[in-house]
Amino acid sequence: MNTTRGFTGRPRATGPQLPPGQYDAGDDWPVLSAEVTPDLSPADWTFRVGGLVAESRIWDWAGARRLPASAYAGDIHCVTGWSKFGVRFGGVSLDTFLEEAGPLPSATHAVAYAHTGYSANLPLADLTGGRAWIVWEYDGRPLAPEHGGPARLVVPHLYFWKSVKWVAGLELLDRDEPGFWEQNGYHARGNPWEEQRYSGD
Amino acid sequence: MPGRIEVDGRVAGTWQTATLTEIRRETPRVSTFRFAVPGWAGHVPGQHLMLRLTAEDGYVAQRHYSLASAPDDSGHIELTLDHVEDGEVSGWFHTVARPGDRIEVRGPLSGFFAWPGDRPALLLGAGSGVVPLMSMVRHHRARGLTVPLRLLVSARSPGDLIYAGEYGAETTPVFTRSAPAGTPVGRMTAAHLAPLLSRPPADGWEAYVCGSNSFAEHASRLLVAAGQPVDRIRIERFG
Ligand SMILES: Cc1cc2nc3c(=O)[nH]c(=O)nc-3n(C[C@H](O)[C@H](O)[C@H](O)COP(=O)(O)OP(=O)(O)OC[C@H]3O[C@@H](n4cnc5c(N)ncnc54)[C@H](O)[C@@H]3O)c2cc1C
Repeated sequence: MNTTRGFTGRPRATGPQLPPGQYDAGDDWPVLSAEVTPDLSPADWTFRVGGLVAESRIWDWAGARRLPASAYAGDIHCVTGWSKFGVRFGGVSLDTFLEEAGPLPSATHAVAYAHTGYSANLPLADLTGGRAWIVWEYDGRPLAPEHGGPARLVVPHLYFWKSVKWVAGLELLDRDEPGFWEQNGYHARGNPWEEQRYSGD
Repeated sequence: MPGRIEVDGRVAGTWQTATLTEIRRETPRVSTFRFAVPGWAGHVPGQHLMLRLTAEDGYVAQRHYSLASAPDDSGHIELTLDHVEDGEVSGWFHTVARPGDRIEVRGPLSGFFAWPGDRPALLLGAGSGVVPLMSMVRHHRARGLTVPLRLLVSARSPGDLIYAGEYGAETTPVFTRSAPAGTPVGRMTAAHLAPLLSRPPADGWEAYVCGSNSFAEHASRLLVAAGQPVDRIRIERFG
């Protein structure tokens, strides 16, 4: 072990909730995005599921809001090191959108893309089974633009760069196709519990 | 928007020992730390690395830091750290570290904010956000590049301006709290950008914005309002 002379670290809360290499950001919610925050109103927002599906589908704001509500309450983890405990997001389970579009048996992966052009790749198995959401509320209030409002993807069991802000759609594929950060050296999957940060991990 | 360069996954994935060789004070709150990293693969200005400190009990703290130095073949790199109040890692650097200490780094990481020196670059930074931009300015100078490059750097006061002695005609400082006589005090405004964006270089600017989130939001909105295409604005937010 390469210990650092004189470094003790601050008194720390570790625990089963904190993945390796992460710290508790407390009330902070840092903003990390590589692009300009878009001026995207709910009226301009749409969400499309296409690619390897029985029928590609597109929802506008009102259409998405009519779907059965689903919430996520739990933790989120950013690859830059902070974790945030006990967050509450409100929206619709991604399962609901996918069921309406009908993924084909050949679909194994998806690229989630944003109205800004940002994208992230995910195995389809990480998006189904009650593990992913399209959300528009944070703590009971509309999601702020800098955090991806009016609506973003939330996949809380993976590093948060996968939870595409200003989400515009999912393209279902029969192969893994790297997204924005994955092309820039980040890990293809991004499991915080296994510290899958960069492509060599 | 594509990254500017390919990142080597093997390099990004390997921890290396970096030995501190020199500490230079920049401002009362900011110092530059120079390291010998014999196996350093080289970097492109704008890239950052991940750094980790390990306590006796095995506890590890990891943080991202931009590379301040221009790429060269000296086997050395420089980082410039703001002393964050109660900061775990920057606190160790500013109060404990001395030449000879060894830490670990991995990188360089991320090709998104990189600037190889090929396209006209309009750089907007605030506070320690100027660090990756300074790597670009130094690279521009060291290589004698002729591609246009301009830097707007925001600091609270002249005494807080990092690398103050190193700027040349390419740089316009903006002071938010106090300024030398004759220089206005206040945030970066549309007026700072107007002369640059009303007469852009032939292929337009590639804009690089770096600093706190609130600075990044402010500066990127100014750029968009002044006509800079959103897909030619790259942003690095330090938090
Ligand atoms: C890509 C990138 C590049 C960067 N480049 C630079 C650079 O060139 N120069 C630079 O100076 N910075 C840079 N940063 C910021 C840097 O990574 C660190 O965030 C910064 O140095 C602060 O780290 P720290 O350990 O000193 O502070 P931290 O210990 O992380 O503290 C930061 C703040 O959070 C609070 N805090 C955090 N954790 C806890 C906790 N467990 N308990 C209580 N309070 C806590 C602290 O009180 C403090 O106010 C960069 C960031 C990124 C993402």
